[in-house]
This record gives sequence, structure tokens and C-alpha cells, in this order.
Amino acid sequence: MIVLEKRPQPSQTWSMATPVVAVLATMFFGGVLFAALGKNPIEAIMTIFWEPLFGEFSFYYRPQLLIKGAPLVLIAIGLSLGFRAGIWNIGAEGQYIMGAIVGAGVGLAFYPLEAWYIFPLMVIGGAFGGWIWAMIPAILKVRFGTNEILVSLMLVYVAEQMLASVSLGLLKNPEGYGFPGSRNLQSWDSAHNAELFAGSGMHWGVVTALIAVIFAYVLLNRHMLGFHIRLTGEAPRAAKFAGVNPARLILFCLGAAGVLAGLAGLFEVAGPAGQITIDFNVGYGFTAIIVAFLGRLHPVGIVLAGGVMALTYIGGDIAQSNLGLPSAAIQVFQGMLLFFLLALDLLTNYRIRLASKEVA
Amino acid sequence: MTTPLLSLQGLTKAYPGVVANDTVSFDIGQGEVHALLGENGAGKSTLVKMIYGLVKPDSGKMVLNGQAFAPTEPRAARADGIAMVFQHFSLFDALNVAENIALGMENPPKMGDLAARIREVSETYGLPLDPFRTVGDLSAGERQRVEIIRCLLQDPKLLIMDEPTSVLTPQEVDILFETLQKLRSEGTSILYISHKLEEIRTLCDHATILRLGKNVGECTPAETSARDMAEMMVGTTLQTPERSGRDFGEVSLDISGLSVPSPSEFGTALRNLHLTVRRGEVLGVGGVAGNGQDELLGVLSGEITTAPDAVKMKGQPIGKLGPTARRKLGLLSAPEERLGHAAAPDMSLTENALLTGSVREGLESNGFLKWGETQSFAERIIKEFDVRTPGPDNAARSLSGGNLQKFVIGREVLQNPDVLVVNQPTWGVDAAAAASIRQAILDLAAKGTAVVCISQDLDELMEISDSFAALNEGRLSAPRETTGLTVDEIGLMMGGAHGMEVAHV
Amino acid sequence: MDLSAINPVLLIASLMVAATPILLAAIGELVVEKAGVLNLGVEGMMIVGAISGFAITVESGSPWLGFLASAIGGALLSLLFVLLTQVALANQVASGLALTLFGLGFSSLMGQSYVGIKPPQMGKLDIPFLTDLPFIGPILFGHDPILYLGIALTAAVWALLKYTRVGLVLRAVGENHDAAHALGYKVVRIRIMAIMFGGACAGLGGAYISLIRVPQWTEGMTAGVGWIALALVVFASWKPWRALLGAYLFGGVTVVQLNLQAAGVAIPVEYLAMSPYLITIIVLVFLSRDKSGAPASLGRIFHATH
Repeated sequence: MIVLEKRPQPSQTWSMATPVVAVLATMFFGGVLFAALGKNPIEAIMTIFWEPLFGEFSFYYRPQLLIKGAPLVLIAIGLSLGFRAGIWNIGAEGQYIMGAIVGAGVGLAFYPLEAWYIFPLMVIGGAFGGWIWAMIPAILKVRFGTNEILVSLMLVYVAEQMLASVSLGLLKNPEGYGFPGSRNLQSWDSAHNAELFAGSGMHWGVVTALIAVIFAYVLLNRHMLGFHIRLTGEAPRAAKFAGVNPARLILFCLGAAGVLAGLAGLFEVAGPAGQITIDFNVGYGFTAIIVAFLGRLHPVGIVLAGGVMALTYIGGDIAQSNLGLPSAAIQVFQGMLLFFLLALDLLTNYRIRLASKEVA
Repeated sequence: MTTPLLSLQGLTKAYPGVVANDTVSFDIGQGEVHALLGENGAGKSTLVKMIYGLVKPDSGKMVLNGQAFAPTEPRAARADGIAMVFQHFSLFDALNVAENIALGMENPPKMGDLAARIREVSETYGLPLDPFRTVGDLSAGERQRVEIIRCLLQDPKLLIMDEPTSVLTPQEVDILFETLQKLRSEGTSILYISHKLEEIRTLCDHATILRLGKNVGECTPAETSARDMAEMMVGTTLQTPERSGRDFGEVSLDISGLSVPSPSEFGTALRNLHLTVRRGEVLGVGGVAGNGQDELLGVLSGEITTAPDAVKMKGQPIGKLGPTARRKLGLLSAPEERLGHAAAPDMSLTENALLTGSVREGLESNGFLKWGETQSFAERIIKEFDVRTPGPDNAARSLSGGNLQKFVIGREVLQNPDVLVVNQPTWGVDAAAAASIRQAILDLAAKGTAVVCISQDLDELMEISDSFAALNEGRLSAPRETTGLTVDEIGLMMGGAHGMEVAHV
Repeated sequence: MDLSAINPVLLIASLMVAATPILLAAIGELVVEKAGVLNLGVEGMMIVGAISGFAITVESGSPWLGFLASAIGGALLSLLFVLLTQVALANQVASGLALTLFGLGFSSLMGQSYVGIKPPQMGKLDIPFLTDLPFIGPILFGHDPILYLGIALTAAVWALLKYTRVGLVLRAVGENHDAAHALGYKVVRIRIMAIMFGGACAGLGGAYISLIRVPQWTEGMTAGVGWIALALVVFASWKPWRALLGAYLFGGVTVVQLNLQAAGVAIPVEYLAMSPYLITIIVLVFLSRDKSGAPASLGRIFHATH
């Protein structure tokens, strides 16, 4: 019989190894899934993980890695702070949408003026949009003890309706021949989040993501606030005893997550996406949850995890056009990854032992 | 001697790194009250869990009434007439008395019939109880009655009681003993687990003493002195803490007219509380568990804030201040629950040193942490309080209860508090560690710290405190000088026998 | 705008239809939470139930087989949650999210060839005389059998929790798993059964959307109903009849806003469409203070150490 035995303390080795093992396990079972769909599993896995990095068209795909990875990392960093403290903001998708709407709205209010201050104002607007959306569950939790999981999630659906509304109304392009969607920000220099070096994929979102990673690292490892975040997640009563003010922590963690998700939305709408449309959001806010866990809620881990997830997006697109692999298969693939990660996490805190009769 | 009811033969159970029971053998006679005596961690709990079917022995066997007995689960043990009253963890707060009792029975009758039987049994044995009250609202003594009645309804041959008196006032203990004697006269055997020697001497016919998992001797308690039993139990002669006569200084801590609701659903509200502690004085706060101890600690540590004037330190109102501000002023505390309250289980000892030490030890500047200094602080605690651990990088949960308690108390003591509040400072700690913790508290008081020691261990309080008060349903009795207090007086301060007629006094 | 087009009898009847998926999922989750487990994967189990039921109904031609398949599909998916939380002792919040993310992807993969198909319909109850009664006939006696199953299930769960030993043990496990274990109850086994029951109920609820309410298959068609069901359990203070009441309330909101959309009220469609979610939030805010019915062990990890 198999027995679980709690380790006297968490294993460092397994803590580092589980994400890698989870990725490998997902590759294997993903292969089985692709085979079941009638695709050559090895070819499919190669297409997803090898092609974007080292394939024939990698010069085109590599920059894409930054473009897809940046919003994931940005959002995941914010989520990880809350998750560490046991505050479950799962509505980043909504905060991302609101960041994009408010940021784009601020910019479009100046159209067609060309001025240096428009883009910075949009950035502030994006951060504000995400922040205010995250403050709703935060304040409700602090004030009334309302469950933040459900409220933040409900607000995603509300944000999606807002997005539809502004695409068809408030922010609709007056010269758009009646099609839903805003003006294209890419063709308006003052509002365009352009690549900093042509063809590099490097835009302001990538820079911001890197700053966020460094900020989170210092916060968690060197600052009292970060210590309090970790303490609250590990032992809430001990945190209260240490003098942590739970309300302030909730406001900070949800607020930071909202700001970062809002920024991600703004950089996306002003850059790669270019305009507000009804289906502008593609689920980064949810995928970022996987990124946060895959990165073990650690800033550096999240960068790596963001890279892996970006790869599955890009590789998935290639596999879709080259092999006809359905896009839903990639979604399943990503879900699987989170499963294996959570399951394997057991090994960090427990030792698996075969129960035997002998006496230790 | 007739055939024993239950005979244990060479029972052994090992866990990784520790042998909980090592070839333990002894017999429990018919209609005998048999004491199982031992320190915390001596293996008493593991042994009774084997008898009750919760743990399977690695080797050895049990014989019940001449038949081989190897219960695979508690249900099987109950079917064979074994019943157990647990020390912790066996009642359901949100359910009522009858539901709780039904859960412990194999084939419970209908709720109405069950309620009638509960009333009947509770009257027969002098244990009054309303079957439809919610268990969470009951006092500790009443909760124990629920467990005892649950057992009695099964007509047990052997009743196991795990530290039953730790939650009772002295008067309630007397009533319990009468019940147990009545049971014995009806032929029920009782296995009585305790580390309190005097009560074993009054109640038990026979005693088995466990030390480090081994049976180290048997005796007839009535004919053996408490001192001899203690030495068998501990193995060495104990040092009693030194305490020199002291003069007290001015008032350090002053609580007046404090009333607060409990933050938890089944907690106890504090009502109109008054106390003062002077420099150098140790105030012992006794009382049965669940009478407001946690709330009192919370009010003093700053986890529960109150009106500013309700709590004063050196004349300064601090009721509104949080834990950090109070630490800055020199008011430090150590809660009862080590893992999860006083310390974060999965964090290292260094991180746990930071948990309360950041302000007074200067472990941060502008919010940025000084890990180097923090580690030295942790190392200092480990060294000065003899905490057995490979080093400060180890997680708190990897320490044994006694060692972690030394760390937690040491962390506060080394910060030179002006006022120190401790709750159950030696609960679940072996005798040697307990003695050194008590000594540390006394040394601190000798240097002029005002100490509030909340504890359910009356012996401990008599040993270290200068004055004594008791918590009872959230009210604190007027403090009295410890010297000269009798057990009866203490019992009455603790509220006598809750909800029962007190026949004597 | 033409409010007179709204027929009150049809409104009430369709309210009951709109409420049923929420009710089924909520009753399942209520049992799971009573056992002390928080499964946030309701949305995922519902959508998998929706496609399993839809596919089997289309392939076999029998909605009955379809509903059976949806219950099995939901229960099977919940087994993944069992694996994570009861075997691998993973965090229940994260595991529930994983279940939802995985379920959404998995259902759209399974459903690719079913987009745009109309499924065979399940017959409606038709009791001569009773169904023909004016007003109450169509409201009380003119529905499909699953709607009645939902109400029956509510009654059954209520009776089970209140009057039976199984219910008592289930509540005990949710209240204090250590004590239940000490008394010899199989905590993990009981929880696994509860989780699978919850999965089956969520699956049925999902299939109700794809087979009866809409009836059609589209990706992500549960659109948050699973999350609303979770909120409903809180709203109901873990009491079955209050869950029924809550489900009808949410059903009512949904139906009224759809009717207002159809009637062309001057409020933009998007604002009407977000109303059920906003109302869920408002209701949660008002009810969050009362946590008295919450099982004390809810969401805590159980690991037997002895």
C-alpha cells in the first residue's frame, strides 16, 4: 500500500523540479491526445515547442514570444502576489478588458491630436481602469466579507458586456463604415505602442513586464510587505499576530493585480491588437492563472512559465495552420499542464512511501 | 487473579524516526481502574489508538476476554465493547448533543428515543445534559459529558479516558470520579490516561508507567508516593524552578472594565474584566479551556482592539493599538497554538524570528529586511534556549513541540519585554523543557518584567505566579495572592461545577 | 417598445426552465460543500456535461441517454478533481480553477462537429386535464421531466441531510473531518462520493442548457451559470429549499432581461445582459455577513496522520 508521509519541511528540489516534470508529462499526454485526434504526436509536439524557436520561420516567431509572453507575465505577476496571500483574484480577464477600454478611451479623447503626452496618459488610464475594476471585489471583501473569487469572476462577464457596448457605441470608429470596433491606434503615432526596435517584438509592455518582475522579486524577498504577503498565505492567524492588517493587504494585492492586468490590456490594445473590438480579449487573464502556478508564484519562475505558455500559443497557431490541429486542443493542452502541476506538487510537501511491515 | 479483560502483549508501533511503542505489555483486569501514566510523547496516545482500532500495531497482539483482538477500525473496537473519551477532536460544534451521540453509535435509535435515553443515562450518572443543545455552545465540562454519555450508551466493557480532567474544575473532577467509581462498581473496566499523579493515587487500582514508548514499571498508586511515580515517569530527578522573594514596582499593565465580543463563532466574549500587573509580578490566570483565554491573549497582543482606555500600559492607553505598535512599547506575547498562530509552520526559524522580532530587534529599515541580522537573532534564540534543530534554515514544523515552544518563548524573552503575556507556555511540552521555560519566565520577572501567565495547569500556576485569578465564562475573578490559596478556593474562583449542584463546600 | 408582448404565463414557465440548470448545479455543489469540499470546477463540469449530453443525444436519438451521459461526463470530470484534492492533497481553489479551464477546452474540442445541429427534443409532461388547466396548467404541469427531477432532487437532498444517517455523517465530515476520522468514518471515501454526485448534478445542469433551454451546442455556452450556482450555495446558506428559491430568483432575472431585450426596451442590450451577474454580486454582498451555515471544514485539506 502507498502511504503519504509529510516531509518535515518542503523539498527545495521538488519545488524546482515539479514544473519541469509537469511540462514533460503534459507533452507526453498531449501527444496521446493529438494521436487520438489522428495527428502524428511527435510532429505535433515538435511543431509546438521546436518550430517557433528554431524552425524555418523562427525569425518571425521569436519576437512573437515577447508579444504573447509580456501580457501573460504582467498579469501573472500581479495574480501571484494575491495567490501567495490566499487572495483569489480570478477576474484578471475583466481587469485586462477595463484597462484596455479606459486606456484607449483616454487616448481617443485626444484624436486626432499628435502630442508626446498622449501615450503616457493612456498608460495611466489603463492602469486606472484595471485598478478600479479590481477595487470592486477588494472593497466588497474588506467591507462586507464578500467572496472575492465569485465577485471578480462575475465582473469578467460584466466587463465583456462593457466591451461589446463601447465597441458598438461610445468608442466606435465614426469612419468605420458601421463596423463595430474603435479607430485603429496603430495608425496614430501618438497612441501607438510600437516596437522599440523594429522586428524585435520589444514594446513598452515587455519593458513594463520586466520592471514588474524585478519589483515583485524585491518585494517578496527583501521587503516587509512581501514577507507579510507570504506570511498571510502560509498562516493567516500568525500574520494577524505579527501585526498584518488584512484589509490593507487585500487592497494592495488586488490593486496591484488590477493595475498590472489593466496595463497589459492597454499595451495590447495600443500595440499588437490595435483597436477595441468585441472579441478583443483572448483569455490572457485566465491563462495567466496557469502561468502563475506553473511559475510556482515566484517572479523568475513566472518569466519562464510565461515563455512556455507563449510558446504553446504560437506553436498552437502553427500546428493549427500546418497540421489542422484544432485550437481547442491547445486549450486542453494548457489545462492539462495546470493539472499535472497541481498533482505533482504533492511531492514538494509529502514523501511517497510503500508501507511495509518492518520497523524503522 | 481472574483472567484479565484485556491483555496487551508486546505491542510495537514505529513511525519514521521514532518508535512510539516498544514491546509494551500489560493487563487490564475486570472492573479495574487502570492508570496509564507518562509524559507527553511517552506513547500513551499511540497505545490507546491501537486498542481503539485507529492505528494498527507493527507487531504484538491483544487478547480481549480470552479471544484474540485485532480491531481494524474503531467500529470493530466499539462492537467488542471498547469505548473512548477523547481529549480533543471528537465533537462537532455545529451539531446538537443527540446528533453528536448518534454519530458515535453503531445503530442509533430514532432521534426521539435517543434523546430520552440520553436524559435517562445522564440522570443515572449525575451528568445533566440537554440533548438538543448545540455542542458549540457548551462549556468544556459539558462537552466532556457528551462524550462520556456517548460511551455509556454502548454499555462498554472497557472505557478509555484520555486526560479527562484537563478540562475540568476541581469540583467537576470530584463529580467525574464519582461517576467512574459507580461504573467500576458495575463491573466496567477503565483505562485512565493522565500525567497528574494525585488524581491517579485517589482513583486508580493499578498503574502502568510509560517512558519513551516502553513500559518502565507498574505499581499500585495508593501505595506509591507521587514522587516515586514522577521519577519513574521522567527518569531523572526534576528541578523545581527557583523563585526568590521579590518586591513589585509600579503598575505596568492595567485593564479596567473591558468587554469585547469574541471574533469566532463559538468563542467566549470577555465581560467587564479588571486586572493590574506590577513590575516584577507574575499574574497567573487559571480557568478551564474555552472560558476566554484566547480572547484575553488577543486583547493583550493587539489582535483584538478595544476602546483605548480599556487597556493601559504604564498609564498610557493602548487599547486601539495593533500588535506592532504594542511591541514597540514593550508589550510582547506568546499565544497557545504554536503552529499557525505563534509560528508559521512552513517558514524557516529565521523567518519566524522576524515574525515578532522586527521592531524591537531592528530587523528592518524603511520596510527593507535585514536578513543577516534576522538570522543572528534566530541563532541567538536557538543557542540561549537550547532549541534542538540543525539550524535556523529549518522549517518551524520540523521541530518537536517542546523545542518549538522554547523557540517561541525564547523569541519574546530575548526581546526584553516590559510586559510579557503567555498562554499555556508548557502545554504538550516534556518536563525538562517545561521546567526551563518556567525558569525563563521567573528570571524575566526578577529583572522587572510584568508577566501574565494564562494556563490550565494549576500546578504550574501555583509554582510560578505571585497572584492568581481565574477566567470563568469570560469573567475574571478578583486576583488574590497565591500563597495560602486552597484547592477549594481555586475551584470556586474557576466557577465551581458548571451547571451542577455542588454538594460539598 | 412593446411590453404587452410579454405573456405572464409564458414568463413564469420559462423562468422555471431558466432556473433549472442553476438549481441542478447548485444542489450538487451544496452536497459537496456540506461534505467540506469547495469545488470551483462547477462551470467546467457543466460545460462537459452539456457537450456529453448533446453528443450522445444526437448520436443515439434519445435525450434520456443524453442526460444519463451528461451525468456520467460530469462525474468523470469531477474524478480529476478527486485525484487532485483527495489523493494529491492539492489546494482546492486552484484545483477547481484547473477543472474549469480544462473543461472549457475539452468541451470545445469534443463539440467541434456538433456546432449548428438541432438535437432531438425531449417530450413534455402532458397530463390530460391538468396540463390543460388555464394558467396553472402550463406553469405546473407542462414541463419536461428533468425540470421536475431538479425539484425532486432538492427535496431528496433536503430530506437526506435532515433525516438520514448518511446525511448526518456527511454533515459531520464537513463540520470536523478530524473528529469524524477519529470516530472511524471514512472521510475521503465520503467526500469522493459527494464530489462525484456534485459532478453528475452539474453535468445534468449543463445538458439541460444544451438540450432543452437553448437547444443547441456552442462553445462556452454555460456562460458563467456554474459560477452563479456557486454563488447560489452561499446565498442559500447551504439549505436546499433556499437554493431552489434562489435559482428561481436568478431564473427570473434572466428571463425578464431576455424579455425586455425582445420587447426592445430603451436600455441597451449589453446592460440587460450583464444584469444577472451584477445581481449575483449584489446578492452576495448582502448575504456575506451570514456564514452560520458554512461547514467548518470547508476547503481545508484532510490528511490522516496517526
